[in-house]
Amino acid sequence: MFPVGPLAPGGVVGVPSASVTSTRTLSEADSVRLLARYGVPVAPEVVAEGPEEAAAAAGELGFPVVAKLCGDAIAHKTERGLVRLDLGDADAVRSAAAELLAAARPEDGEVEVLVAPMISGNREFIAGLQRDPVFGMTVMLGVGGILAEAVADAVFALVPIVEEDAMEMIDALRTRKLLEPFRGEPAVDRNALARVLVALSRAAQAEPELVSADLNPLIIDAGRPVAVDALVEVSR
Amino acid sequence: MSLRREHFEALFEPRGVVVAGASTHPGKFGFVSLHNLLASGYQGAVHATNLAGETVLGIQTVRSIDDLPSGEIDLMFVCTPASTNPDLLRSAAAKGIRAAFITSAGYGEAGEEGRRAQRELVDLADSLDMIVVGPNGQGVVSTPAHLCAQIVAPYPPAGRIGVASQSGNFVSSFMNFAVGSGIGISRAVSAGNAAQVGVTDFLRYYSEDEATGVGLAYVEGIDDGPGFVDGLAEAASRMPVVLVKGGATAGGARAASSHTGALATDDAVFDGVCRQLGVVRAPTVESAYETAASFVTQPLPRGPRTAVLTTAGGWGVVTADAIHRSSLELVDLPEDLVAAIDTKLPPRWSRGNPVDMAGGETRDTIPEVMRLIAEHDAVDAIIYLGLGIQSNQASMMARGPFYPDHGLERIVAYHERQDRRFAEAAAAVSAETGKPILTATELAATDPANAGPVAVRESGRLCYRSADRAVAALDAMWRYARHRRRHGLGV
Repeated sequence: MFPVGPLAPGGVVGVPSASVTSTRTLSEADSVRLLARYGVPVAPEVVAEGPEEAAAAAGELGFPVVAKLCGDAIAHKTERGLVRLDLGDADAVRSAAAELLAAARPEDGEVEVLVAPMISGNREFIAGLQRDPVFGMTVMLGVGGILAEAVADAVFALVPIVEEDAMEMIDALRTRKLLEPFRGEPAVDRNALARVLVALSRAAQAEPELVSADLNPLIIDAGRPVAVDALVEVSR
Repeated sequence: MSLRREHFEALFEPRGVVVAGASTHPGKFGFVSLHNLLASGYQGAVHATNLAGETVLGIQTVRSIDDLPSGEIDLMFVCTPASTNPDLLRSAAAKGIRAAFITSAGYGEAGEEGRRAQRELVDLADSLDMIVVGPNGQGVVSTPAHLCAQIVAPYPPAGRIGVASQSGNFVSSFMNFAVGSGIGISRAVSAGNAAQVGVTDFLRYYSEDEATGVGLAYVEGIDDGPGFVDGLAEAASRMPVVLVKGGATAGGARAASSHTGALATDDAVFDGVCRQLGVVRAPTVESAYETAASFVTQPLPRGPRTAVLTTAGGWGVVTADAIHRSSLELVDLPEDLVAAIDTKLPPRWSRGNPVDMAGGETRDTIPEVMRLIAEHDAVDAIIYLGLGIQSNQASMMARGPFYPDHGLERIVAYHERQDRRFAEAAAAVSAETGKPILTATELAATDPANAGPVAVRESGRLCYRSADRAVAALDAMWRYARHRRRHGLGV
């Protein structure tokens, strides 16, 4: 009665949809590079081919660092345990890198290890781009962290946005109290946060093949937002 | 087809109207629409067609549009079956009729055949250069023309609210609120299936219409997102727009492979669209009406700093709570204002905001204190509570067994006079200072005949049924004003 077959990429069996085209994700390193070109603030990252290179990169960045497995087909690193946080010395980096490379699956394709300084802050946001089926491309800001989806405090605007739109998005968060001084950390620099959203909007305008983008988390480090992970989806 | 101003003028300011399909049966659309048209003071010529050529409500009908004069009628109100409508439109166009309102069902809502009929109707209207509203709509109201061409009641009082709705029943709801509150309507139209003309087309026209000061809309499904946004943006750039949305947007399931996607609900995205355009999205129909009514009866606040003026403590506390939950600020009273109020009230007044007069007021206190607060630079808006208390007591006295003896006649008149003064002062001080002063009392709902709410209504303003609702309306106005300012738009 129902058509039986493999799931089409990005589609659902039996529910044809003209709006859902075939897409692919970029690796974290490529995602970060693409968005940084438009002004998204990102943590400095180094791509390493093996454990020794990873340890050397960590030495240059300064400890502690994080190590992540990076590849075009890897979209959900945390769920797969492919992120190692707070690595304090070269030995820790070396063994983490070796474990990450060993955890790669054949379907992950070519993989590398990404080393970045460990950025921590008590406040995390999510920002991104998402194509709405009715209204078109939107830019989004939400409260991040492990409770993000339960809290579901997220605001949207249509691309393109100007800085005033971004400021209104920030003001529209239900939990905007989080932007005030918090647990010994200074208030969030609203203008800097607004500029992240404007940068995403610019990226969406300039890159027509861009389907979605996630900056998750966008950590508030000394009051300023820094993207420590990024995932960009593009049409094939 | 691109609709022009003259199309909308044919609809809203017709020189003459013809009801196509008039009926002698008082339960039929063809009777009710003619009745409402004749009962509401429309000054232009009224014609009607009827297959048998009967006289309906004193109007001698003609059997065919072809028998009508040329160049004198602008609007045709159609109550005929869908199958007859194409010929009807052609005959109407030949008589110079530029607008048709179609109540007939059996179009887009009625399966594939109906959808085809609807597409053909639009193509025909386009080729005849006619505006065709509906089909499956309830009618059009235009108070500047005393026009009530609709199959439902009521005919609302005249005012500056322009209504456009995807649901005809919500047009009625909004007009019922107009009757109840006295804050009237300029134009109102039910878009029905919105085959040729949609809600945002009407809003765009209203935004250039001198009779209209605010747009009030109800929308459901949105098929053409970018078209909707463009129309709404144009309207909202020229006038405040208040909107209620029912149901989910069309477009089907969303891809949710990203975190952003998982958080993107229809509602959150629509909320964002409204915020970005400076459109007030109201949570309920009632709140939408009150917000629209506020835009056309109160000056826009220049800032968020709000003072509460109350005759009793508890009301002020609850209002302060509501202000804290909003974008408004409960202003800290400056020392010079406290000192000025000190000269008007005994020392037990709250000496802070809310300004709780604590029963210390005498004959002239309320207008005087209200003026002191409104004239101070630190205050952008006032919410005034406690109107009607005296008249409430007066009404009990007037109905009791001792009236008019024991001095009751005199005190009842005094109480009612005082409440009228307070309501008039709120409107006058607001107009003079250019600052909103919103009066709230549940008596507006529980005893609309109370002299307080009656006087607010006569002053041309809305008497809010609770402080929370006054705060909600003021909050919406301030967010609108702030949006205009932030984006460098005039207000």
